[in-house]
Amino acid sequence: MPEQLVFAMEVFLNGLMAGVLYALVALGFVLIYKASGIFNYAQGVMALFAALTLVGIMEGQVPFAHLINAMFGTEIHHFGWHVPALLAILLTMVVMVGLAWLVNTIIFKHLVNQEPIILFMATIGLAYFLEGFGDIMWGADIKKLDVGLPQGINEAIDEVTYGIFDYGFFIDNLDIVATVVAAALVFTLIIFAQYTKQGRAMRAVADDHQAALSVGISLNFIWVMVWSLAGFVALVAGIMWGTKSGVQFSLSLIALKALPVLMLGGFTSIPGAIVGGLIIGVGEKLFEFAIGPMVGGATENWFAYVLALVFLVFRPQGLFGEKIIERV
Amino acid sequence: MADVTETQDNLLEVNNIEVIYNHVILVLKGVSLNVPKGGITALLGGNGAGKTTTLKAISNLLKSERGEVTKGSILYRGERIQDLVPSDLVKKGVIQVMEGRHCFEHLTVEENLLTGAYTRGSSRGEIEADLNKVYDYFPRLKERRRSQAGYTSGGEQQMVAIGRALMSRPETILLDEPSMGLAPQLVEEIFQIVKSLNEREGATFLLAEQNTNVALRFAQYGYILESGRVVMDGPAKELRENPDVKEFYLGMSDDGRKSFRDVRSYRRRKRWLS
Repeated sequence: MPEQLVFAMEVFLNGLMAGVLYALVALGFVLIYKASGIFNYAQGVMALFAALTLVGIMEGQVPFAHLINAMFGTEIHHFGWHVPALLAILLTMVVMVGLAWLVNTIIFKHLVNQEPIILFMATIGLAYFLEGFGDIMWGADIKKLDVGLPQGINEAIDEVTYGIFDYGFFIDNLDIVATVVAAALVFTLIIFAQYTKQGRAMRAVADDHQAALSVGISLNFIWVMVWSLAGFVALVAGIMWGTKSGVQFSLSLIALKALPVLMLGGFTSIPGAIVGGLIIGVGEKLFEFAIGPMVGGATENWFAYVLALVFLVFRPQGLFGEKIIERV
Repeated sequence: MADVTETQDNLLEVNNIEVIYNHVILVLKGVSLNVPKGGITALLGGNGAGKTTTLKAISNLLKSERGEVTKGSILYRGERIQDLVPSDLVKKGVIQVMEGRHCFEHLTVEENLLTGAYTRGSSRGEIEADLNKVYDYFPRLKERRRSQAGYTSGGEQQMVAIGRALMSRPETILLDEPSMGLAPQLVEEIFQIVKSLNEREGATFLLAEQNTNVALRFAQYGYILESGRVVMDGPAKELRENPDVKEFYLGMSDDGRKSFRDVRSYRRRKRWLS
């Protein structure tokens, strides 16, 4: 087999793995957008906040340490204990549910029946607030996150591919874990949305708030539930990205990559978020591999957006987006 | 059922309510009405008379539209219900079928019906049984149970909306404009079903309708609203015979059908409220 093709295959696989991470962020967007029509700009920051909180809890960091020290002249930073990863993840989840409740009670409850643009602006505000809040609460330094996920080259794949192609593929164990987790997450979410009472209510709310209200579905409950789910997805995304590249504030920027993913997959489709993420991940890696050298590289920065633009022109609802049902 | 008079049990009492939207727009200016148990009561009037607002004031869907009841009281079984959220009302047995159907478009017909049972803690079997009952009343829905509600016809959507409300096992159904946008034949079909639900299930109906003719044929008692006030009420039979009702809402008069132009000028002189 020609060498170039073997390289391309490796790039393809790595693209898939990167795509999974995009998909995870996009998934959080889809959940909230589906159920409330809110495009949640803060989803990326939520992933960051979740990761910060997780590290903070695991390391036994004192929240608002800088603030407390500045105000009282103390020098406290750590409680001096370490919380096991699993317990820390659970505690972080509790924090995310609390955040969901606060966001709904303080902001979105009062914006029922407002224009989508107003809701969108509110989420921008939320994003900046949460970023600053995370900073004050846990500090701005780059943190290492290790919840015990396997990392480094997967030896088995390396050996097997070496046997076949005479060239070992470099596939990170973490990426494999991320893929499995994402697949499990999507599967669970789909089962939840399609076959449970609350999932059905969630889709009903997405279709028609007023009618949902009229049959006795509590919008507040559903919205807190959806924001909690999005918080959970953000936590998973935060763990994966944080383990990969450290918990830092640039993490919130990955949210921007989720935009083209959503345009491709459709804003309302859970499978769409996944497929969109994979296409973007594979697309940009392969494009960089094939065309990149000809144009001086760095195509990964813009490829996704151009692809999204093309989609907007030819298929605005995305690959899997719900068609707007119009009866004539 | 015989004509209903005030002496009978009133399930729902609306006493002199005022409704204001957005803190400024006064829509209802003192509406009072009684809904007797087991009856069909009609709420009649033209566009913008306040029929929908009255129903929404009762089911408390007003709040999400920035409306509120500022005066008067609404009693259900003698209990104040103004401050309850819609889900509590549904649990109490009062459910509204909104104007314009409002199906969940992307849910299948069956899923739509199941959302109606959201507030119930019943077992699967019980809900299944109720689902079959709804299919008995609306056989057409059974055929289309797997199609997305958004792709069904207007009549089928109206059936979905009513069937969905039935799934909550309601005592009182607030039915808003069921005839809207439907062919006369379908209107008749829907009203026949309402009638049999009333007779066989004992469901109480408060019915807002512009189609005065049909509504007065099926209801026992009627209220006529104009500009947010009740201008006339009485047993349906009497309303049907009332010359003003005939002229204004049924388009008939003693000396035969008038030309539309005459009716309009006559109306201008003689309105109940101006």
